[in-house]
Amino acid sequence: LCTRAVGTLAHVIEAAGLTTVALSLVRPQIERSHPPRALHCEFPLGRPLGRPGDAEFQRRVLAAAFALLERPAGPVLEDFPETIADEADQPLACPLPPRYDPAVPAAVDEARALHPAWERSRASVGGTQVGRVVDADGIPEAVAAFVRVAAGTPWMDAGLPGEPAAVAMDIRSYYEEAALALVDHVPAARAAESWLYRTTETGAILKAAMTQMAQADPPYERILYLVPMSQQSSAGTA
Amino acid sequence: MADAEMRRMVADLPAPEFETTAFTSPPPLSEATVALVTTAGLMRPDAEWAPQEGNSGFKVFGREERDLVVGHQSTNFDRTGIAADRNVAYPIDRLEELAADGIIGTVAPRHLSFTGPVMDLTTLVIDSGPAAGALLRRDGVDVVLLTPV
Repeated sequence: LCTRAVGTLAHVIEAAGLTTVALSLVRPQIERSHPPRALHCEFPLGRPLGRPGDAEFQRRVLAAAFALLERPAGPVLEDFPETIADEADQPLACPLPPRYDPAVPAAVDEARALHPAWERSRASVGGTQVGRVVDADGIPEAVAAFVRVAAGTPWMDAGLPGEPAAVAMDIRSYYEEAALALVDHVPAARAAESWLYRTTETGAILKAAMTQMAQADPPYERILYLVPMSQQSSAGTA
Repeated sequence: MADAEMRRMVADLPAPEFETTAFTSPPPLSEATVALVTTAGLMRPDAEWAPQEGNSGFKVFGREERDLVVGHQSTNFDRTGIAADRNVAYPIDRLEELAADGIIGTVAPRHLSFTGPVMDLTTLVIDSGPAAGALLRRDGVDVVLLTPV
């Protein structure tokens, strides 16, 4: 969807008198919108400059994009010569904490145990994506709320600390950022996502909660924003 | 590969039709003021998050701002890359390096992030898109790099 919006915006902003260069991640969309200048990058969705932490690679992408400014007429559409694929099919090999407190659900225990790793990641990166609606300290309780949803509590009565999809995204960010610290490198695109949804207690809970919320009366209307579509096929039970 | 599935799903979505494509001539890149426009749905950490579907507006960030959160609500793209290095979608540090090296003229004082996912493209065409262009013109911007997620 974003490449479509970027192509549209390029037309409008160029018409305002500025010069635009659009990066593209979905080639049919950029072909259809034919903005003045576009560089299609067959990179993972979410990574339009290709490689996080690789300034040299990113500068090569920018150089290829800005080279299009030298063209005398348009529309211009070129492809960056290198491609990068996501690795959602290969969940990140990332350690999980052992069970520690049997008095709480396993997913809550797990979320609590990942806090030091998340903290290291935040310190290393100098920021966090956690906090749209719940901060890191609130993540275990947010997971507990989804545990209740997965067990059958109506989602509106489960004590979710905010809009459910935003809460789920904060939980995802918390886990993925913890994974960054645990493996000490930036994983291939969507590998940490698959680690969360396919191997962790909380991933199973989120998928089970999604199933309950889809079947609720009334169903949760923003169900598509709870769990990535590619992870839903392995949806299961709590 | 999850992205291949998504690309197939969105490949045939309609886009606004433009009968002509505007095409301007920029100044030399080494003299140009360059701005970023992304559709990552960036927001400040202390901003109140709200569902973004149906919202085709944008937020404005200063050249010096780095502590930004991806408010885009789609679950169907990688998040770890941006979490580890904002520049993979919002290459503000790369622009500063290019300016220091004299490859671009200067980095614009303000940069924009549209909400995500942008569903209503007609609003982009007649309302928020022109407003974004006007804002960037007032800032003396010559070249705009647009990045999707």
